[in-house]
Amino acid sequence: MEREYWRWPESRWTAPGIDWKSGEILSAGVDVGSVSSQVVVMVDGQIFCYSNIRTGSDSPESARKAMDKALEETGITLKDLHYTVGTGYGRVNVPFADRAITEIACHARGANFMYGPSVRTILDMGGQDCKAIHCDSKGKVTNFLMNDKCAAGTGRGMEVFADLLSIPIEEMGSLSFKVEEEPDPVSSTCVVFAKSEAVGLLRKGWPKEKVLAAYSSAMAHRVVELLERIGIEKEFAVTGGIAKNEGVVKRIEAELGIKALAPQHDTQIAGALGGALFAKALVEKQRGLR
Amino acid sequence: MLAHYGYKDGSGDYFIIIDTDKCDGCGQCVPACPFGVLEVGEDENDPFREEPVAKVSEFHRQKIKYSCAPCKPMKKRKPLPCMHVCVPKAITHSW
Repeated sequence: MEREYWRWPESRWTAPGIDWKSGEILSAGVDVGSVSSQVVVMVDGQIFCYSNIRTGSDSPESARKAMDKALEETGITLKDLHYTVGTGYGRVNVPFADRAITEIACHARGANFMYGPSVRTILDMGGQDCKAIHCDSKGKVTNFLMNDKCAAGTGRGMEVFADLLSIPIEEMGSLSFKVEEEPDPVSSTCVVFAKSEAVGLLRKGWPKEKVLAAYSSAMAHRVVELLERIGIEKEFAVTGGIAKNEGVVKRIEAELGIKALAPQHDTQIAGALGGALFAKALVEKQRGLR
Repeated sequence: MLAHYGYKDGSGDYFIIIDTDKCDGCGQCVPACPFGVLEVGEDENDPFREEPVAKVSEFHRQKIKYSCAPCKPMKKRKPLPCMHVCVPKAITHSW
């Protein structure tokens, strides 16, 4: 079978040295996105484990799979979780969630935890949408914008280019810098038109790296326009799958003139992490602790 | 919170912006809109907010350029009904 260049690896992680049995609150966030699904399990507000898988055609099944993968070999079962929050596109289709909260709220909360309370502007570059969020020091959303009508500036757009250029998706970021000088961005914002434009450039004899550089900078330009609408304030962070693509992130930084904060965890878990944090807060509210 | 509902595409920016700090959930905008674009309900993006808030219905979010077009003629444009009835001035349009 021919190699599928867009296919990114699924993963899971467990924090070393946390005994979940002595934890008072076990909360979980399940983010069923359009392309990937994540589960984050927290023990008393500390990340205990997380998983990141591809979303299939069946949202409930994807949620279950992501949960099974996160809980693998940890000994935790679904019954041990005190509260689970569902988020993302498939949030209403998480069978074991106690509550659904939008990904906007969850991303802000998750990024606030991941990058610290100084983060104000969050750009989530998801599988099929792009969100620009402004939040306060508590991770509460103060301004947001979501573009889910157009795939420009999303992970899916990058996957299309991985396939077109036969470059594994993980290598796209670094390869996009292997150009002598930065080419002009492709002029189309639409992924479908950008792909036709790229085919034309390849036919003209442009090397793959140059085409990739032209697409990455078009993508960066596109999302900066979205950010400008909500206003850009320091500190700034990028979450979602594209945050792993330095080719896009560095071009966004160059356009904005500010550096993005460095992530400590998988950037794709921000939504699920926010869900788990809300879950913890909701348990505390139930128990009358706050 | 400034909630931007709508989208940006190749032809421009189409957002209805609702300032949820100003909005008191009175619901006057709901019948004022002739096309049922607005609704009042739970604030989806602030799980801890108790009062209801105005928002653009899910159905219209991805096509508001067209849903709002009849209120935005090129000539002799009247004030937009949704903005006109809103006492706290919580609603704005980006186009």
